[in-house]
Amino acid sequence: MIRGVLARVTWDKIVPVLLLLTLVIGMQLEPRFGRGSTFAFIVQDIGEIMIIAFAMTLVIMTGEIDLSVASTAALASCVLGWAFERGIPIWIAVLLALVTGVLCGAVNGLLVTAFGLPSLAVTIGTLALFRGLCWALLGDEPVASYPESWTRLGSGRFPHTYIPYVAPLLIAGAIGYTVLLHATRTGRWIVAIGQSPEAATFAGIPVARVKLWLFVHCGLLSAVAGVVYTMRFASSRPDAAIGFELLVIAAVLFGGVSIFGGVGTMWGVISAVLFLGALRSLLLLQKVPPNALNIINGALLLASVVVPAVIAAIPRRRRRSSDPGVSQGHPTSNLPSLTS
Amino acid sequence: MTGRLLASREAPVALALVVVVVGTTLVNPRFLSAQGRTDLMVAIAITALMAVGQTFVILMKHVDLSVGSTLGLSAYLAATAVQDQQDGGVLTVLMVGLVVGVAVGVVNGALVAFLRLPALVVTLGTLYVVKGIQAVVVGPRRINADQLPGAVVDFGRDSVLGVPYILWLALLAGVAGAWFLRTVRTGRDLYAVGSNGPAARLVGIPVWRREMFAFVVSGATAGLAGALYLARFGGVDANAGSGYELPVVAACVVGGVAITGGVGTVIGALLGAALLKTIGVSLSALSVPEFWQQAVNGALLLLAIAVDKVIADRRLRQTTEVQEVPA
Repeated sequence: MIRGVLARVTWDKIVPVLLLLTLVIGMQLEPRFGRGSTFAFIVQDIGEIMIIAFAMTLVIMTGEIDLSVASTAALASCVLGWAFERGIPIWIAVLLALVTGVLCGAVNGLLVTAFGLPSLAVTIGTLALFRGLCWALLGDEPVASYPESWTRLGSGRFPHTYIPYVAPLLIAGAIGYTVLLHATRTGRWIVAIGQSPEAATFAGIPVARVKLWLFVHCGLLSAVAGVVYTMRFASSRPDAAIGFELLVIAAVLFGGVSIFGGVGTMWGVISAVLFLGALRSLLLLQKVPPNALNIINGALLLASVVVPAVIAAIPRRRRRSSDPGVSQGHPTSNLPSLTS
Repeated sequence: MTGRLLASREAPVALALVVVVVGTTLVNPRFLSAQGRTDLMVAIAITALMAVGQTFVILMKHVDLSVGSTLGLSAYLAATAVQDQQDGGVLTVLMVGLVVGVAVGVVNGALVAFLRLPALVVTLGTLYVVKGIQAVVVGPRRINADQLPGAVVDFGRDSVLGVPYILWLALLAGVAGAWFLRTVRTGRDLYAVGSNGPAARLVGIPVWRREMFAFVVSGATAGLAGALYLARFGGVDANAGSGYELPVVAACVVGGVAITGGVGTVIGALLGAALLKTIGVSLSALSVPEFWQQAVNGALLLLAIAVDKVIADRRLRQTTEVQEVPA
């Protein structure tokens, strides 16, 4: 009975509960936590992470990874600044930034799919390459002369409400990507590729093409995040969003997506990003030093893999002791999950 | 013998290193002046030492992202251990660094080896945990050179036989690591596990013990690198080591250590670290804006893995051709 329940509890269902608990306990503990301004702060704080996480989830679901997202976001931001400084109308500059993201994604995607290179190594390379181009483009002179009508979009809220302008974008993304991953053919393809690229190939799924487009898409969303970041801080800097790649990946993995691909849900990731944002804001209100939050983030990420592994090990051990002849298999090849 | 040496994966990296050094010196002779040499070698030492340990992990198809945070924490704790001492302290600093590094390595190794968790996730987690611990312990404080014993600061500056002490340490670790991976059975096991994990298990290699070992080695070199960091910069704050992890992996990959496991040598990793750092220093010696350094490093990494792929494909084609003959 208990094992039956345990078998159906997966990590991506635990995360939304953690989110709710944090919100409820947070409001009891800290009156300021329930305020609309805190809500607005959280949403703006997680905006860029959430946008990139949508795309990163899809990439990791196919068993690949993209470490260059933060550099891509920064490059998009720098292209935007560079073009704007040269008198190009800002909406064309934004368009150029998005095209930059697409190109960055295409570079990653082609190196991975056409040349068959490991995405971890490729994107460590492009991480440095794109970041270097940021410096080459802007040097150490940030661009900060953006018109207020645009920067308000990044940092402002709808009049007379606590809803930041970025919120509709996030909500649309949350709904759109949940549907994409869980209710469309493309979504099923992504899961199938992550489960077994060979089987997916034999099932007629264009594996390379799907992966290529996912990298392009990841570049595009990174650029969107880069534009949002630029408007939120009203400046383009070559060192923007440094280290964001690991934050995004940590959030996606914490949301229950397997690093080996094929396992995970979009709502798990969305809850994870919201949970990490809410927890961060709560702890900041409690005067916990921001850098110390890293301990909690890291411990949570470890817990998200350790807890399922430990729970999965309990029935496994029982089975093994009853039948010593059962082979252990090769557990490296699959992530221990509660469902297995 | 000469042919095999030239065909090795390390040869082109070494060649590139020579070309960069000679080319830069021709344009700017000051590049290899006494001061220039020391600066260059000091810059190489820390990344090189961490690349030695990282090689052990990458050979087993794992990765250790926690090294940057480990470096930071060990540098700070080592500094605290000798703070306000009058003299001595070099050995203490190294020992504290080693202990901190081994401790983090044991945690990583235990999680990866016993619980069979993916190394990327585990070490990403410990990256943040260790970084957070460092932030809590250090706070807004900073330990400066005047609070450290003179011997420690000198250790980061002085040379013997024209090579700085801290690079000697990295080279020593490199030679020991290279010897170990080449001739000792445990070292060969790492290649076996990285090439084909299930097969290695079937022939009786204690895979989990080897994984534990590799992470402890990586942690130990990162911890020692923390001691070197302290000596070199004569101080430490809460941001020390932040962002060091990916350049270390990059150095290994440029040096021919395949991220897919089972291929590569410590010498290659050392050369990779040396090449990336030398290019950085050389660009500023050529008065190319240092902004281009990262872009060049990234492009070089992409080139390295592309070349590896071409070579691997060709070798695969050759072996399949040979196999097809008897059939």
